[in-house]
Amino acid sequence: MSEIKNYTINFGPQHPAAHGVLRLILEMDGEVIVHADPHVGLLHRGTEKLAESKPFNHSIGYMDRLDYVSMMCNEHGYVRSIEKLLNIDAPIRAQYIRTMFDEITRILNHLMWIGTHGLDLGAMTLFLYAFREREYLMDCYEAVSGARMHATYYRPGGVYRDLPDYMPKHAESKWTKGKVLKQVNSWREGSLLDFIEHFTNYFPERIAEYNTLLTDNRIWKQRTVGIGVVSPERALQLGFTGPMLRGSGFEWDLRKKQTYAAYDKMDFDIPVGVNGDCYDRYLVRMEEMTQSNRIIKQCVKWLKENPGSVMLDDYKVAPPSRDMMKNDMESLIHHFKLFTEGYTVPKGEAYAAVEAPKGEFGVYLVADDSNKPFRMKVRAPGFAHISAMNEMVKGSMLADVVSVIGTMDIVFGEIDR
Amino acid sequence: MNTTTSLEKKLKAHFGDLISNIVVQHGEITAEVAPENWQQVCTQLRDDAQFSFEQLIDLCGIDYLTFGEGEWNTDDASSTGFSRGIGKKGPGRFSWEERETELMGKRFAAVIHLLSIKHNSRLRLKCFAPDTGILAVPSLVKIWAGADWFEREAFDLFGIIFVGHPDLRRILTDYGFIGHPFRKDFPLIGNVEVRYDEEKGRVVYEPVSIEPRVTIPKTIRKDARYAQNLEQLEGDS
Repeated sequence: MSEIKNYTINFGPQHPAAHGVLRLILEMDGEVIVHADPHVGLLHRGTEKLAESKPFNHSIGYMDRLDYVSMMCNEHGYVRSIEKLLNIDAPIRAQYIRTMFDEITRILNHLMWIGTHGLDLGAMTLFLYAFREREYLMDCYEAVSGARMHATYYRPGGVYRDLPDYMPKHAESKWTKGKVLKQVNSWREGSLLDFIEHFTNYFPERIAEYNTLLTDNRIWKQRTVGIGVVSPERALQLGFTGPMLRGSGFEWDLRKKQTYAAYDKMDFDIPVGVNGDCYDRYLVRMEEMTQSNRIIKQCVKWLKENPGSVMLDDYKVAPPSRDMMKNDMESLIHHFKLFTEGYTVPKGEAYAAVEAPKGEFGVYLVADDSNKPFRMKVRAPGFAHISAMNEMVKGSMLADVVSVIGTMDIVFGEIDR
Repeated sequence: MNTTTSLEKKLKAHFGDLISNIVVQHGEITAEVAPENWQQVCTQLRDDAQFSFEQLIDLCGIDYLTFGEGEWNTDDASSTGFSRGIGKKGPGRFSWEERETELMGKRFAAVIHLLSIKHNSRLRLKCFAPDTGILAVPSLVKIWAGADWFEREAFDLFGIIFVGHPDLRRILTDYGFIGHPFRKDFPLIGNVEVRYDEEKGRVVYEPVSIEPRVTIPKTIRKDARYAQNLEQLEGDS
């Protein structure tokens, strides 16, 4: 019998299941993985160093581009860190808007995750379903900020503007006219809040659809049950947060435990896994979507009843109104100075974290009395998760690597920064 | 807030001289630990039931060069336009050839953020690398396994060596990268750029072709708009 040696294979960076630009060097013993060495950094843009060369507000847009499927949650982490340094708080209505959009973002992220995770493991239909629902939420982003993904909507001291009173409608075209046009515009007759309310009524049935497709699916279970098991002790040791930690049985959620925005006024539950395998994490994330839907409903109700200011009345950080700017020379100068030079932030350091869809997204800022952050560090949840790749796939089969990548919900924008 | 003060008291009582410069700001505790006590303090913070910091949330490097230095000093500004008063020290103001290193004490530090799930508390610790000799800080991989990649990142970006780390390789930068990009004396525009060369039929590295340019100067304002500074200013004069 000839001698069989271990061999090394290269997985990615150009691989449909590598979720972007992951390069994995896998040492194989037949079909079994002996060692996995992820090479990251192919998307490294030096976000932190760039942020250190710009006034504070200029980097909000960069936050969207970190984890580019949970945009507003990233902004929230950064903005909260600045607010901490400046000792300011956003008005209550802005807090509710942030809560609502954080949860919309969570659903956006989890839809992307379930779509791609399903696709990787052979469930094509789900991908199309998930992207159909994402479209509605993208429209919410667009209505509020003008951009479908990179919103730059949160600002220190509030949000950029109040929710719009009307939803943009589909225009008549060769294909969409008459009855069809009326039907696609049926949600869009009222305000953005009405539109979101329509969505929250529509969405639970869609989650039920996904569950029908996957939860008891034989192939799905074969690919996820008992794969990538992480014990509670190891989950803590490895710095896991978010669904990865909850999947291993910890009831830990920053929205409840270190509450921020308006989460303390919300009624929702934290789903927790038992076995710490890919299937449990799948169940946790599916339930999180239902819970997010609940939170959005409560926010919509409150926001409809309570109009008010969405930006702090402090002209050190807030720009003057457009009206003032057009009619008053001093306001124009102030606007110009605020958007170019920015505001100076007192010396100090702060770390603010939010429960992003993937886990704890934190921003550590060091300020030195100037208008630019002296040091900015982004604590990306995905970075800690992917560092456990070797431990999670060692001893399993090559095909399970794909399950593990999917269950980590990896996005390279935030890992490489 | 109460948990913060009680944690501060516990830290002082338990560690005494091992922890210095305890600062409480914005409801967060920051403290400094010397490199020789780094592992000992961290092990106790993890294992002692009154602290139980089970998780290392984050570890990062920091370079204190140019800390607190503004770029635009308008007191002695000339009439030469935009570049008045702007020196070549700030990041983004110099190219690879023009970079200069200054000597300063307590320049590099490793900063960790700890989280205790049991007590729902957070703590930030700093460990300054020694000013002389090798730029080294003991590794925490044996205490929190999650420190592995965070330390690799801090090594890659700042050049801090983590003694005892099992696999201290570069992580975010390119294969064969030279320098540590997040140091303040590393140019923002970088050193080399890559492109595909048609004639050679491969990717080639070349010195960067862009000019260093940052449009907005770093300013430190101490005037009437910033009330707390004003008090300080009056105190100074």
